Amino acid sequence: MMNEFPDINLDLGQYINDFINWLTDNMGFVFDGLADAIIWSFQMLSSVLLWLPWWVIIAIIFLLSWRLMRFWTGVIFAVFIFMIGAFGYWELMMDTVSIILASVLISLIVGIPIGIFMAYKDGFEKFMRPILDAMQTMPTFVYLIPAMMLFGLGVVPGMFATIIYAIPPVIRLTNLAIRNVSKEMVEAADSFGSSTSQILFKVQLPQALPTIMTGINQTTMMALAMVVVASMVGAQGLGLEVLSALQQIDVATGFEAGISIVFLAIILDRLSQSVAEKYKYSD
Amino acid sequence: MSTKIKVEHLTKIFGRDPQKALDLVEKGEFKDAILEQTGHTVGVYDVSFDVSESEFFVIMGLSGSGKSTLIRCLNMLNRPTAGKVIVNGEDIVPYSRKTLSEFRQNNMAMVFQHFGLFTHRSILTNVVYGLEVKGVDQEEREETARRVLKTVGLEGWENKRPGELSGGMQQRVGLARALATDPDILLMDEPFSALDPLIRREMQLELLDIQAKLKKTIIFITHDVNEAFQLGDRVAVMKNGVMEQIGTPEELLAAPKSDYIKEFVKDTDKSKVLQAKNVMFKPSAIVPLGGGAKLAIEEMRKHGISSVFVIGQNKKLEGLVTIDDALKANKENQPLKNIMISDFPTTDPETYIEALIPIATEAKYPLAVVDDEKQLMGIISRVSVMSALA
Ligand SMILES: Nc1ncnc2c1ncn2[C@@H]1O[C@H](COP(=O)(O)OP(=O)(O)O)[C@@H](O)[C@H]1O
Ligand SMILES: [Mg+2]
Repeated sequence: MMNEFPDINLDLGQYINDFINWLTDNMGFVFDGLADAIIWSFQMLSSVLLWLPWWVIIAIIFLLSWRLMRFWTGVIFAVFIFMIGAFGYWELMMDTVSIILASVLISLIVGIPIGIFMAYKDGFEKFMRPILDAMQTMPTFVYLIPAMMLFGLGVVPGMFATIIYAIPPVIRLTNLAIRNVSKEMVEAADSFGSSTSQILFKVQLPQALPTIMTGINQTTMMALAMVVVASMVGAQGLGLEVLSALQQIDVATGFEAGISIVFLAIILDRLSQSVAEKYKYSD
Repeated sequence: MSTKIKVEHLTKIFGRDPQKALDLVEKGEFKDAILEQTGHTVGVYDVSFDVSESEFFVIMGLSGSGKSTLIRCLNMLNRPTAGKVIVNGEDIVPYSRKTLSEFRQNNMAMVFQHFGLFTHRSILTNVVYGLEVKGVDQEEREETARRVLKTVGLEGWENKRPGELSGGMQQRVGLARALATDPDILLMDEPFSALDPLIRREMQLELLDIQAKLKKTIIFITHDVNEAFQLGDRVAVMKNGVMEQIGTPEELLAAPKSDYIKEFVKDTDKSKVLQAKNVMFKPSAIVPLGGGAKLAIEEMRKHGISSVFVIGQNKKLEGLVTIDDALKANKENQPLKNIMISDFPTTDPETYIEALIPIATEAKYPLAVVDDEKQLMGIISRVSVMSALA
């Protein structure tokens, strides 16, 4: 029949599968190392957060928000955190916060050097730009597949997907910020006989810091946006609660877990934004 | 005075393959043609000059004439395409990155048009920057920075940020930062162009003051002729990337080599550039002290003048006689000495015409130019001042 698609049977998926298998067989040490780093940072953070008494955490949130913003902001945010605990989600919240903070931390450790390198090498920037564009335009679920193939199920693939999704802003803004440092300022540093690393650490990075902080804020928010998605491959936390509520059509649980995530989003956004504000210089 | 900087056949071409463009320039192609054919810009072409120790050397030219390109070759912010930059007897062009860093840390500092201050640092930590890079310990570098800030009149501003200061003060910080490493050479690329005229004047005077004390070798760029002539021991004029003429302000005024330079110096306030020695002329007549009134009268009659200077031993200026007094003295047989006037205006040869204008226009007699030993070097009349300024 002419109307039907010809029976070609292109087994691309099989090739990809073979490739991933090859990767895990031959490059296993890389992914093992990555997995170790991810799980280690997650466990470090969550054990510290769970070790701290609940009222200490609420006090820290209150004081930070008060100092960085206003007294009433501190009060409201403290109430938010208290409510999440009151829903019975204290530990799940700490898991989620640990996943987000650890993902952000790894994104910074990897992303800032990449951004710096992009700013120094035009060729590398040209190479990276379409990759970063693709990373941000792809639907978030797509990251789960390679993450699952490489790391199986659990918190590691969840965080891996989160990092891949959240890292572009910090890379992009680090690159942009360093490129935008006043040419005269860099030349002044150069004219005093600074080495390349002195120029980087004494002039370019401090000058770029406010913009990089904006990048950190964006990266944090994107990591938070992945919370529910990451739970689809088994990452624990509030996201998993929302996901199971969805599957069981449990409106009450869904609402409580959902609003907890919204509270966290507001607090993380406002806090990281006001930290970024603090770093602005006047010319 | 010894040569501090010697620039030989310096050429800087911007673009992908400067050497290829260089061949074209050497074949005599014009700048515009090269840009059109190859996309290369000739910033500076075949420039040579010397700067002496402690000289205030000004580079002047229209915007785009290659001044910045040239000064930036002197500390290798621009890598020359061809030619030598010899500082203290050593060509710095082949320096490695490390040697160049050391050279920049110790020998040269630059002051920028838009100040180039580090906005994330305080005034004090801006000024310590050069010493910090050099590895001077914190206590010592801050002490030096405080001292230099005092020299530029910014005591008490140490903990402010650059953004909190006015333009003039920011450039003082720029100057302090450059002076802090105690370099022998200061490179200044239009340092005062961004400042308003009153502040600019103040900064110029202050720079001259500092220069008189510290005796740095200064390369100073400006597009303002008046600034160039007021500051420069010598002034180099650039046009389209080549050096058009180098000379003292007086030389450029007296003998401009081209219409370009004539056009440039047209706007100068010559009274601030020309000195007594540039406009004085040889008196047509003088009389010796022992010459007597009769000789004085004869000399004045012969040259059609109404007064004449009297010279003693070693050409020392003794006084002035007028024709009326001389006629009277001749009748009464008095010696010249008795009728000589001594309260007439004199000036030293270095005085600027600006200061002489009121004297020359008011005085009844010509102005005598005398040196330290009171010897008469020349005279200045109202007419000679006016014609010099015309
Ligand atoms: N980095 C650069 N790349 C390309 N062309 C440049 C560069 N810097 C300067 N030029 C060109 O060199 C010429 C001289 O510029 P410049 O030295 O800045 O002039 P000036 O300082 O006298 O105004 C101009 O035509 C300018 O466009
Ligand atoms: Mg310039």
